[in-house]
Amino acid sequence: MQTYDLEANGLRGLNATLQSQSTETNQTSWEVVNPKGSHAIAVGLDAPIEVTVKGSTGYYCAGMNQQATVKVEGSVGPGVAENMMSGQVIVDGDASQYAGATGHGGLLVIKGNASSRCGISMKGIDIVVHGNIGHMSAFMAQAGNLVVCGDAGDALGDSLYEARLFVRGSVKSLGADCVEKEMRPEHLEILKDLLDRAGADASPEEFKRYGSARQLYNFDIDNSAAY
Amino acid sequence: MKDMDDQIPRTLPIQSATFTNPINAEIRRAAATGIYDIRGGGAKRKVPHFDDLLFLGASVSRYPLEGYRERCDTSVTLGTRFAKKPIELDIPITIAGMSFGALSGPAKEALGRGASAAGTSTTTGDGGMTPEERGHSSKLVYQYLPSRYGMNPNDLRKADAIEIVVGQGAKPGGGGMLLGQKISDRVAEMRTLPKGIDQRSACRHPDWTGPDDLEIKILELREITDWQVPIYVKVGATRPYYDTALAVKAGADVVVMDGMQGGTAATQDVFIEHVGLPTLSCIRPAVQALQDLGVHREVQLVISGGIRTGADVAKAMALGADAVAIGTAALVALGDNDPKWESEYQKLGTTTGAYDDWHEGQDPAGITTQDPDLAARLNPVEAGRRLRNYLKVMTLEAQTIARACGHNHLHNLEPEDLCALTMEAAAMARVPLAGTSWYPGKEGF
Repeated sequence: MQTYDLEANGLRGLNATLQSQSTETNQTSWEVVNPKGSHAIAVGLDAPIEVTVKGSTGYYCAGMNQQATVKVEGSVGPGVAENMMSGQVIVDGDASQYAGATGHGGLLVIKGNASSRCGISMKGIDIVVHGNIGHMSAFMAQAGNLVVCGDAGDALGDSLYEARLFVRGSVKSLGADCVEKEMRPEHLEILKDLLDRAGADASPEEFKRYGSARQLYNFDIDNSAAY
Repeated sequence: MKDMDDQIPRTLPIQSATFTNPINAEIRRAAATGIYDIRGGGAKRKVPHFDDLLFLGASVSRYPLEGYRERCDTSVTLGTRFAKKPIELDIPITIAGMSFGALSGPAKEALGRGASAAGTSTTTGDGGMTPEERGHSSKLVYQYLPSRYGMNPNDLRKADAIEIVVGQGAKPGGGGMLLGQKISDRVAEMRTLPKGIDQRSACRHPDWTGPDDLEIKILELREITDWQVPIYVKVGATRPYYDTALAVKAGADVVVMDGMQGGTAATQDVFIEHVGLPTLSCIRPAVQALQDLGVHREVQLVISGGIRTGADVAKAMALGADAVAIGTAALVALGDNDPKWESEYQKLGTTTGAYDDWHEGQDPAGITTQDPDLAARLNPVEAGRRLRNYLKVMTLEAQTIARACGHNHLHNLEPEDLCALTMEAAAMARVPLAGTSWYPGKEGF
């Protein structure tokens, strides 16, 4: 276990050190102490290392992550794991806005609640939120899976493309072109796998599935009220 | 009686200056279809532009440089504020962002070839970076857009600079639309979208709002790229003073200011023609902001939107820009709107010079299309050569003017080299009306 004191040694040194780890590195386990809400912690990683942040972070923690597992023993600010490509990001606490925004791959687990626009414009990432999510989540979400063990706020899945949304609790309202869909066996299988990997204590059968009605895929003046 | 009627003078038919034939045609089109007009290109309406400025060549008070003997340098370095590796260009004319998707693969390749041969940079667009584009561009600026289509850290690190696009001149405050006809298999795959759908590009970034957030976003991008490459911030010209100041505050190395004549792949005509500022009007306020913050020349200013000639380049630089970017002009150099395709333009209901349905993917010149047969019409090597030639000519033109004004570098051009032909241009460029020492807003009227 390598320990990096962020307050003492600075952000540039942290990211440069973590980014320089190769896929064959033996130094696979890292601990970051004194994060104190700093922004851009552990961004741009691209090696199968495990980084544990001992405290809460600011914006864009684990942004554009590849391969690495980043654990945050606290809460995270806006844009955690934004544009993640692969790997895992696990947040013990809550997440602010835009969690997992535009992510292309990997798994983001938020054990608390996530604020608004969780999974906005997601492009293949899997997101599992143990608690609730805020309004406009999965806005323009293109691909991937968003699993919410609690409730969802207003306008879930507005202008959705092909991402799959699973919500166990209530949905305050659905956004434009987002509809409830049949939960088929293959969806239950996907959901079970994600819940298992995220350590979420929930049964797939308790969830409802939401997806795109695909009515806004091509412009039609008769849909103008939805635009 | 009838003979008498024939002798009464008749009122001639008078066309309305308000309800013109083109306006009425658009009303009829809207009534028939129920949808607004979408098109490519920039503002077509006449607005005050660089043509409304003239250079004051050398005279008794200044001496010129010899045209074919004395040096007039053209190089520019962009990104000197924070980046470890600023971009060094031979000429101050860059190629603006245009996406693979909006443009064909051969067209993107040609832009890379032409720009590289002329010693300048080209820029990706919405949809990400293609290997062909990277391979043919010696200096490539990677656009970081709200949609984040194709965005990934590996490509980010391959870029020579990153341009955070807040807006563009054709549609400041607006997103984009790539109609289904142009969403080919490859375009769909790059953007993680189903083939054939109308693909929207968001108008706001998904994970930041406002200048304070932007500062943190820039920090993140710098951390991911090891502070190696410059970070530009591109805005559509609307509030050039404040937008420039806020971009500087957020940490930009370069500010790109795009006026309303700047092109787009597809936007509502009403947006293109009625939102934004003419390019001419946004340069001095942007420069003023840089000067007020003490960073003029430390943070470079790139101006775009309707740049066509070396005279335009020289005028933009005289007003304080460090470089310019061209988009539409580059496409014309490649072969867009070439008269040789007139018969095909006619079949599409348009004519040479007016073709702007770039979003429909039927471009006879093979540039704004994803149709393989049409795209194959453009030879990227020859088109790249035409672009290189055009860039060279513009540079020579700008040098000619600079020497005539007595300057040994294009960056030494200054507002005092200019006068304006109209009150509007004088006010916008803050240079004297021709033959006077006054411009609107200056005391002493």
